[in-house]
Amino acid sequence: MNPFSSGTCLRDMIRAIRACKTSAEERAVVRKECAAIRASINEDDQDYRHRNLAKLMFIQMLGYPTHFGQMECLKLIASAGFPEKRIGYLGLMLLLDERQEVLMLVTNSLKQDLNHSNQYIVGLALCALGNICSAEMARDLAPEVERLLQFRDPNIRKKAALCSIRIIKKVPALAENFINCAASLLKEKHHGVLITGVQLCADLCKVSSEALEYFRKKCTEGLVRTLRDIVNSPYSPEYDISGITDPYLHIRLLKLLRILGQGDADASDRMTDILAQVATKTESNKNAGNAILYECVETIMSIEDDGGLRVLAINILGKFLSNRDNNIRYVALNMLMRATTLDAQAVQRHRATILDCVKDSDASIRKRALDLLYLLVNDNNVKPLIKELIEYLEVSDQEFKGDLTAKICSLVEKFSSEKIWYIDQMLKVLSEAGNFVKDEVWHALIVVISNASDLHGYTVRALYRAFLTSTEQETLVRVAVWCIGEYGDMLVNNVGMLDIEDPITVTECDAVDAVEVAIKRHTSDLTTKAMALIALLKLSSRFPSYSERIKDIIVQNKGNVVLELQQRSIEFNRILQKHPKFRSALVERMPVLDEATFSGRRAGSLPTAISTSSGAPSNLPNGIAKPATAPIPDLLDLSSDDVPAPSSSGGDFLQDLLGVDLSPTPAPSGADMPPKASTDVLLDLLSIGMPLPVQTGLSASDILSSSQDDKAPFVNFNGLASLSSLSANATSPANAAPMMDLLDGRGPGPQKSEENGQAYPSLVAYESSSLRVMFNFSKQRGSPQTTLIQATFTNLSSNVYNDFLFQAAVPKFLQLHLDPASSNTLPASGDGSITQNLKVTNSQHGKKSLVMRVRIAYKTNNKDVLEERQINNFPQNL
Amino acid sequence: MVIHFVLLISRQGKVRLTKWYSTYSKKERSKVLRELSGVILTRGPRLCNFVEWRGLKVVYKRYASLYFCMCIDPDGNELEILEIIHHYVEVLDRYFGSVCELDLIYNFHKAYYILDEILISGELQESSKRTVVRSVAAQDSLVEAAKEQTGSTISNIIAHAAK
Repeated sequence: MNPFSSGTCLRDMIRAIRACKTSAEERAVVRKECAAIRASINEDDQDYRHRNLAKLMFIQMLGYPTHFGQMECLKLIASAGFPEKRIGYLGLMLLLDERQEVLMLVTNSLKQDLNHSNQYIVGLALCALGNICSAEMARDLAPEVERLLQFRDPNIRKKAALCSIRIIKKVPALAENFINCAASLLKEKHHGVLITGVQLCADLCKVSSEALEYFRKKCTEGLVRTLRDIVNSPYSPEYDISGITDPYLHIRLLKLLRILGQGDADASDRMTDILAQVATKTESNKNAGNAILYECVETIMSIEDDGGLRVLAINILGKFLSNRDNNIRYVALNMLMRATTLDAQAVQRHRATILDCVKDSDASIRKRALDLLYLLVNDNNVKPLIKELIEYLEVSDQEFKGDLTAKICSLVEKFSSEKIWYIDQMLKVLSEAGNFVKDEVWHALIVVISNASDLHGYTVRALYRAFLTSTEQETLVRVAVWCIGEYGDMLVNNVGMLDIEDPITVTECDAVDAVEVAIKRHTSDLTTKAMALIALLKLSSRFPSYSERIKDIIVQNKGNVVLELQQRSIEFNRILQKHPKFRSALVERMPVLDEATFSGRRAGSLPTAISTSSGAPSNLPNGIAKPATAPIPDLLDLSSDDVPAPSSSGGDFLQDLLGVDLSPTPAPSGADMPPKASTDVLLDLLSIGMPLPVQTGLSASDILSSSQDDKAPFVNFNGLASLSSLSANATSPANAAPMMDLLDGRGPGPQKSEENGQAYPSLVAYESSSLRVMFNFSKQRGSPQTTLIQATFTNLSSNVYNDFLFQAAVPKFLQLHLDPASSNTLPASGDGSITQNLKVTNSQHGKKSLVMRVRIAYKTNNKDVLEERQINNFPQNL
Repeated sequence: MVIHFVLLISRQGKVRLTKWYSTYSKKERSKVLRELSGVILTRGPRLCNFVEWRGLKVVYKRYASLYFCMCIDPDGNELEILEIIHHYVEVLDRYFGSVCELDLIYNFHKAYYILDEILISGELQESSKRTVVRSVAAQDSLVEAAKEQTGSTISNIIAHAAK
């Protein structure tokens, strides 16, 4: 140790830190050390640089900032001695990452060290380069690394090979320089070089099809031979792991063979013998052997094969699955998942075992097994499997219930051949794990119930029964409340009794009690309570003798701190008191909800949109189902805003009011607003909504904060979006333009809903200083694959565009049809626009999003202008 | 990239070694450490050694008081990673002579040097334990030799100054 050393050495510092009893003490020690190190750095103290950096690395590991030591690494690397360089490179790898600018400064030192006469220094530089190399460094240093692939010492060659992998991953264009050197590494005898060389070849194949072809032609034979040699090699203590010589080499060779065999029958053919040998001869009682078998199975399943080997592979997986070791069972489930695409029948044989794994105590295994089981469900086995899963749902861990519920619901929906089965299963899930059921799932359930008119009575009774036993499941309560509100009379009168049902006697009083329980449950959230209020209003008409009691319950909420409930309570109370004559018309049963539209809408809505509409259960169906009296109220309806539809009849309009719930209401209460001419009302609304978007947003989030925080701005935005599109209809285009701008500024929003009830956000497909292209989307009912796009072109410059031509190209999975444009002259300064309709059919609907390359040509000032652009930001699910 | 990162975490949740082969910002790193130690340290015994995490897989194995964790892609070979972890542990054991957690605390840099001889860029570099130990030992002796040299020059200076 240096005799002049002041302060503590590394060991003392670690000891001091370990002696700390509290984190405050530890912070104090670290702060003191850091101060000393900073001081030492400022003095440019060379003797302690080495030790300072070591301390910093330890401090960094504890999670403290150490950025001030970065330059010290560079200084150490630049010094001449091996010890300094060694710690310097270690510091470089630990304290910096490839994104730091400082790293560029080290390129030169690295270059020198890569050419150093001391091979250990070359090794250090290669290691550092391999671990943190950025694309720039890769370009600068690739020639050095390439040269080192032929270095005399194998330890350098293997490091250079791994370094090359990093380089070609950062800059794939450099791959071709490495192909020849990589191929020569495959002939090596040294295991380290061979392992890294095989790995390099595998990675080259991934980035370069040229490399893949080359290795496939030139090296397949040799690799098969190497694998055979290693499989048959005698015991060698240096590489032996539980009786197998170098399993790592086995695995890498199998991996490379997989890449070479994939999609090439000839290459696959050449490796079948050795694969069969590995699959049958490898010992499976130790982890190393199983790791090889695992890799071998994967290779067999990936290459082109007639099926003989695949039987072998699936059998190995079957054996894995019955293994007692959890690790082996886990990988078996993992592989069987991939095997389902090859041979679903063979995997089906293991269904019972897989079902057992779903119930395993190990979360990782459960998850894998559930994913696999999900793939195995088909029309024949769905009923027993769902039965098993639902039974398991009762006893499963809380944290697993979410996953399990989602899968069960998805399966039940997918395979619901009979409505009664679907409703039964969903009720079971809701009663067991209603709190885990996603909103769109119970929305779908309501749609199905609404459509099953012969089961209304049965469902409401079943729900009532379930509700009595499991009131703590939120979604169950919601669906039950909705159904009691809608079909309360059927509950009481035992309408539509099925043979399988037990008779049940429910009085009108019981039904009202149930809803009252729901509204008074302290765990009920805003949505549930709001739904319960609507149910009460409906019941007041179904059970006139309880009207007074219902009114009392409703009135109790008039002082509710939640604005939404308070408002509802007051409005409903008023309806009950002042308007008894059209109350019954108001609360008529909901018309049957349209399933096709609902499912299309679910598919079409973005993930955020789903959560947006989630709080508004009945507005979904309502918006869809209401007969399209006039386009304008329809638009309002869909935007889930509490705007009265002025042109529709009073009954309809109030029904809207009931249907929509959680959205903010514009200041004047909707119920009292006198019908006006539609344009006027809309302008009024705009004047309320537009200048104060932030404020409305705030109030919305206030209202909603108790249920879902994130949806408030979106709901509000919905409202704004459709309002502005309304204004485009109702007022002059010039007036509409600033509104559009406002929307643009806030990103794409649901712009315009078509008459069939689906809304996609419209898109500014292209915008330059001179031109804007907007896309509006719509779908035809019954063909979800086809999207109609209306493109609107606006000239933003002050010159007229002549010979305006819009062209578009799409990848193969799409089909595009272009209708003629409305004009080929585009007036200046946004003073009019061209529209053109496009029809896109997506053969990969639901898997891939739309993508399009557009080219726009026009003449302005006698100059030809061409603008091109790729559009990738289409809404999902188009 | 076979391995995205390597972590050594003690049973008390103290970090003993971190090596990042994929790019993670400082913030992400501490988040990863927090999340994973929460998941891994709470897993019961005799469960499988794999945890699915953020679309990736973490293979972990406990040796005495230390958890060795490596994070891989979801399609990686988990069983092989277990072997690589064991390989590393065996080399540590050979180098330190029945290694314990304290060795790795006070000689954490050595643990890194050894890891750097086994993995580069998240790929396996050497399957022979002997080669790894020999290579690290050779570099250690280079350091020792350099130290002796500077040590002797410094004592010369002291001797000089004392005169």
